[in-house]
Amino acid sequence: MTLELFLQTVVNATYAASYMALIAVGLVLIFGVMGVINFAHGELYMAGAYAVVALYAGLGIPFFVAVVIGLIFIGLLGLIMEYGLFRPLRDNPLGGLIASIGFLLILQTVAVLGFGVHMEHVPPSTQGKIVFSDGVVLTYQRLYVILATIVLLSALWLFLRKSKFGWALRACAQDREAAALQGMSINSTARLAMFIGAALAGVAGALTAPLVSPTPYMGHPVIITAFIIIIVGGIGSLEGAVLAAILYAFVNTFVTTIYDGTLANIVGLLLMLIVLIVKPTGLFGAKERA
Amino acid sequence: MSSALPWALGCVLVAAALIVLPYLLSLSQQEILVLLVINVLLVTSYRLLTLTGEWSLAHVVIMGVGAYGSALVSKELALPVPLSMLAGASIAALLAFLLSFPLFRMKGFYFLIGSFAAGEVIRLIWKWSEMTWLFGGPKGIKLIPPFPDIEMLSIDFYDPVNYYYLCLVVVVVSLVILYRVERSRIGLTFHAIHWQDKLAQSVGVNTFRYRMLAFVISAFFAGLAGALYAHYVGAVAPDRFNVEEMVYVLIWAIVGGTATFYGPILGVVVLTILNEVVLRALGVDEMRPMFYGAILIVFVLFLPNGLESLVPKTREWIAGRRHKRTAAEQPAK
Repeated sequence: MTLELFLQTVVNATYAASYMALIAVGLVLIFGVMGVINFAHGELYMAGAYAVVALYAGLGIPFFVAVVIGLIFIGLLGLIMEYGLFRPLRDNPLGGLIASIGFLLILQTVAVLGFGVHMEHVPPSTQGKIVFSDGVVLTYQRLYVILATIVLLSALWLFLRKSKFGWALRACAQDREAAALQGMSINSTARLAMFIGAALAGVAGALTAPLVSPTPYMGHPVIITAFIIIIVGGIGSLEGAVLAAILYAFVNTFVTTIYDGTLANIVGLLLMLIVLIVKPTGLFGAKERA
Repeated sequence: MSSALPWALGCVLVAAALIVLPYLLSLSQQEILVLLVINVLLVTSYRLLTLTGEWSLAHVVIMGVGAYGSALVSKELALPVPLSMLAGASIAALLAFLLSFPLFRMKGFYFLIGSFAAGEVIRLIWKWSEMTWLFGGPKGIKLIPPFPDIEMLSIDFYDPVNYYYLCLVVVVVSLVILYRVERSRIGLTFHAIHWQDKLAQSVGVNTFRYRMLAFVISAFFAGLAGALYAHYVGAVAPDRFNVEEMVYVLIWAIVGGTATFYGPILGVVVLTILNEVVLRALGVDEMRPMFYGAILIVFVLFLPNGLESLVPKTREWIAGRRHKRTAAEQPAK
């Protein structure tokens, strides 16, 4: 492996780590507060990408406006899931998981009916790129993803640490009943967590839409990746999810570059299995959840 | 003893209906019927594992192990197909035995995800370019030898009706075995592990060994279902055994309900009929996932115990009407 290829792979892995972190953090947030594993999370990502397909590639709305509309729209989809599925099944986490599988199938079909099963091509919003040296390139399109992740996750971190809502959210994640006894509304906290969690997946899809050629089935590999990350990072740990996203992205990108994509997927799954066997609380399992 | 006669009569009627059934259907429906019978075995074997309280996401991949195993044994080792089917099922059971060691260190959601990961790894190995020489890569294995014809009786298993009868015999025998297992001491222990695993442990039940046993038995019959599938379709490919197919098995089990032996069978039969009759008549094949998704949500929200929970209700309702009728007749006397 030449130095250039190595550096380029590092750049690619950084980009991959960014959007994977956005998706995984949303999934962890939802799990932390509501105790439900959202199997439809990959499809929320897919819906975010299709928001950009429709608004930016279809209607010609500026890229970033389309991304913001996508973010809000997917957040609202999350609220629909919360009201329709997770709230009635609050005492039944397995039921919530199964219901989210049902929702996943519905979202997939809506995408197929609305756009067809073919790959969508989204033109890049900019041709600009940073050339570090010969052959090591970071396109602006990828840079946006990295920057947006840093901004969004920092904002989320501040929100969770500093705001009253954030405190309530973390309290619910630690002990739902105790939080309720202290007068925190479980429903409004769950609503907030679901909106943020879904919006993070949506914005990841929206930002990467020009880079990945959206299809209705693009959520499938993404949810597998997200599961690997949250298991490796420790279910319920936001910091763990970010660290695990970085670890997984580097392992995956390097194995893909050196060997092939199938082997990279096998390695990722084995990594998850080993963590499940040896240390089910995750490599970075923080004591404090969410 | 008085209930033995209607019971036997019912069995005869059901058997007669199952034998006549293919002649009432078109050729394409006969082909679906064969798959339905195979799926009945798949979902019933799945239920045996759920008895211990664990929900696996690897069951369809294990069915695939039986399919690939039987295909390879019959094709590469030139073993007769009936033997290769048993070999395929045994390979699936052996794999489940090996997977038990890592997987049964996990429970609940962790087991769900762990079994999913293990299944995906197997599926990706089938797909992997380095293993193409054996598994045929993403295109899978083609030209799998068909079930040998019985020339003496001129039974040709290329005909779906004959293959249906073959599957029916295999599946009925398998169901009887699965039913016997559930009603045996072993089956009772599975229930005990599900509801009171600490208590079961404390009275000397090796819960790991029983979980493993449930997994191995259910894998054997899933593998057998896969072998029946492989020699019927004549080709297997990794994507036939992906997680989407697993989701359908889950939906059958949940819609039917898993508390009774007949629940999952009810689920797969009712949904297949709905799928083939209603969706096909409407001509909306693209909407199939949405239809299944909506049904799944409706059941989880409003009928969490599945279709089977309607059976005693219907029985009560009929009994209630009969009771009312006799009550209404009584004052007239």
